[in-house]
Amino acid sequence: MLKQTEGSRAVAETVAHCRPEVIAAYPISPQTHIVEELSRLVKSGALKPCEYVNVESEFAAMSMCIGASAAGARTYTATASQGLLYMVEALYNASGLGLPIVMTVANRAIGAPINIWNDHSDSMSQRDSGWIQLYARDNQEASDLHPQAFRLAEELSLPVMVCMDGFVLTHAWERIDVPEQAQLDAFLPPYEPRQVLDPDEPVSIGAMVGPEAFTEVRYLAHAKQMQALEAIPRVAAEFRRVFGRESGGLIHPYRCEDAETIVVALGSVFGTVCDVVDEMRERGVRIGALAITSFRPFPLQAVRAVLGGVRQVVVLERALAVGIGGIVSANVRTALSGIQLDGHTVIAGLGGRAITKVSLHRLFDDAIAGRLEQLTFLDLNTALVERELARMARTRRSGPSAENILRDAGSNR
Amino acid sequence: MSAAPQVRFYQVGSFAAGNRLLGPGLQSDQADPARANALTCGHRACQGCGEALGARYILDAAQRAAGGKVIAVNATGCLEVFSTPYPETSWQLPWLHSLFGNAPAVAAGVAAALRAKGRTDIRVVGQGGDGGTVDIGLGCLSGMFERNDDVLYVCYDNEAYMNTGVQRSGATPPTARTATTQAVGEEPGAPFGQGKNLPLIAMAHEIPYVATATVAGLRDLEAKVHRAMGMRGARYLHVLVPCPLGWGTASHDTVRIARLAEQTGLFPVFEAKDGEVTDVTPIRRRLPVEEYLRPQKRYAHLFQPELRTDVIARLQRTADRNIARFGLLAQEEASS
Ligand SMILES: Cc1ncc(C[n+]2csc(CCOP(=O)(O)OP(=O)(O)O)c2C)c(N)n1
Ligand code: SF4
Repeated sequence: MLKQTEGSRAVAETVAHCRPEVIAAYPISPQTHIVEELSRLVKSGALKPCEYVNVESEFAAMSMCIGASAAGARTYTATASQGLLYMVEALYNASGLGLPIVMTVANRAIGAPINIWNDHSDSMSQRDSGWIQLYARDNQEASDLHPQAFRLAEELSLPVMVCMDGFVLTHAWERIDVPEQAQLDAFLPPYEPRQVLDPDEPVSIGAMVGPEAFTEVRYLAHAKQMQALEAIPRVAAEFRRVFGRESGGLIHPYRCEDAETIVVALGSVFGTVCDVVDEMRERGVRIGALAITSFRPFPLQAVRAVLGGVRQVVVLERALAVGIGGIVSANVRTALSGIQLDGHTVIAGLGGRAITKVSLHRLFDDAIAGRLEQLTFLDLNTALVERELARMARTRRSGPSAENILRDAGSNR
Repeated sequence: MSAAPQVRFYQVGSFAAGNRLLGPGLQSDQADPARANALTCGHRACQGCGEALGARYILDAAQRAAGGKVIAVNATGCLEVFSTPYPETSWQLPWLHSLFGNAPAVAAGVAAALRAKGRTDIRVVGQGGDGGTVDIGLGCLSGMFERNDDVLYVCYDNEAYMNTGVQRSGATPPTARTATTQAVGEEPGAPFGQGKNLPLIAMAHEIPYVATATVAGLRDLEAKVHRAMGMRGARYLHVLVPCPLGWGTASHDTVRIARLAEQTGLFPVFEAKDGEVTDVTPIRRRLPVEEYLRPQKRYAHLFQPELRTDVIARLQRTADRNIARFGLLAQEEASS
């Protein structure tokens, strides 16, 4: 049903229509509205049978999901930032055990310094955890990705993370078509676990595994992600048949056919990038954009097919691989191995810094004019950085950088 | 489920646990030829492992109480490692191991799934060592208690992290030598402190049932499992399981050492309901703590090169305090 609603609420309602049987969650901004709404739906009886469990930590939330999923229940949770990191040990465990848990990550920066605003540091830190990672461009897609995530998770026996930008999406009100129950039931069959704890057919799950089998188990984890490369577009196509909407899939190229420069991005910034592409196209610039929806598995071939022939690629990253630069760029480069082209990593929008059209215009103009460095921090305040570097060089006890920079930023005003 | 294997004679003698000469109502679950055998023989625990002994009794009793419908969740630790060297498993019931610190939450997740599915017939048992329970898993355990999740959680207390090579845990008693509390220095072994008394912490949550037991009282252990399984909600069983390897005791002494822990008062055996102590197992023949300490290599530094009467007296005070606090002396002895 099309209605004006908040991103979090749309996600919560869609998740409820996916009929999860166990939800365990711990609050953290900007994920809170999703789990609050789900708790209301369960308490009011709108979503049943479902156990909503208030746990004492994210570690417990994911652990509870592991138990519930292994016992044969469709299981959901949501988190962000520090919460995701608090779960890490259990995250690897969930994927290692092949449990089809679905989790929304309301993307948020990781401290210190503590920062509640959006970037992708949290989910990117889990890129090797064995979870499928899908990034939503807008709230319609964020909502639509959840039924697809349950389909994929349960078909492949793998956990799936749906990543949606914190605040930018979670707290934004838009017209969103929230799938009806009957429609969803047609798309998402009941959960049939591959392995289940059942006294009538006892199995041991989570055994100690030695070197003779561990590599093979890890290989299978990789092979399953490769299967997901086929399953993700298929499930998206099926979703389109049932709901008549384009959501999900591996990638989304935008005006890429004859582009000489292509900007790669994930998540909600893609809309802004497309606007800038449109405006630059009006000026006759041959530029396009490519959204990567499935970051794990990484669609090497699909990315190569789009980017292989261009002159220049600019990857907009909302996370920083400290000590090297770009996380997504490294994956894009793998996709383009053997191909000579001009590649740039741009670190943008960390901790909620706005990525404006003005900045993007300047950035892309620089790229096209050959003025862009290999690694660029978009809108970096170099004066502030230099002052802090000088302070650190000058005094032995220069104090906490974040606080110094904030103070300097204040005195600059 | 497959047919139960042939019964072996584990114990002999008319007062031994599991005796099949007793009437049907008095027999141990282990004496039942159709017992579940939840943890089969052939696992790789050390000889005389108290944890293996306790787990077998507890899970068989739980299976019997639940008509065979039990799911077990295990924390990382000796019990998990010695029972599941892939691709073998010693478990004859559905069993899940996830992590070191999350067994109570995983078990609660299983219980939540069963509740959502309306499966009231299947029961959940969570289990872990003292490290997984009193240290790293305490947050999850407390959450499980607080929500009153329908799980029986069993702590196998061997008073250290045995699986990683005998390091100190929050349940390691003062002066005990472990790999991280060596018998060197001014005050050798684990330091004296306030200790972390998990049965009392559990009671503070006012959950329906808390009990302690040892592998010396195997019938008592079985009876407590049956009692716990007769209830719903969060239940906690703390079992002292001597570890020959970590404690430096003879393999054949496990049960005797556990009994000494009871009879000295160092390990009080009691039951509590809704936060109140309701029953204690009285000490039949009170013994000085020295008798418990002396056979264990982990306390050797209290006896050599010189007898540390001062330290032993301090440990004796702990035992005395337990005896007074829980009223552990049998009536006759208390009045004499
Ligand atoms: C997060 C984490 N830290 C450390 C370990 C290593 N580790 C595995 S088992 C164990 C100790 C287990 O001790 P306990 O719970 O007392 O059980 P026991 O082996 O004594 O029966 C440790 C430290 C781990 N598996 N996970
Ligand atoms: S080390 Fe101790 S607890 Fe572990 S198997 Fe051996 S006896 Fe049992």
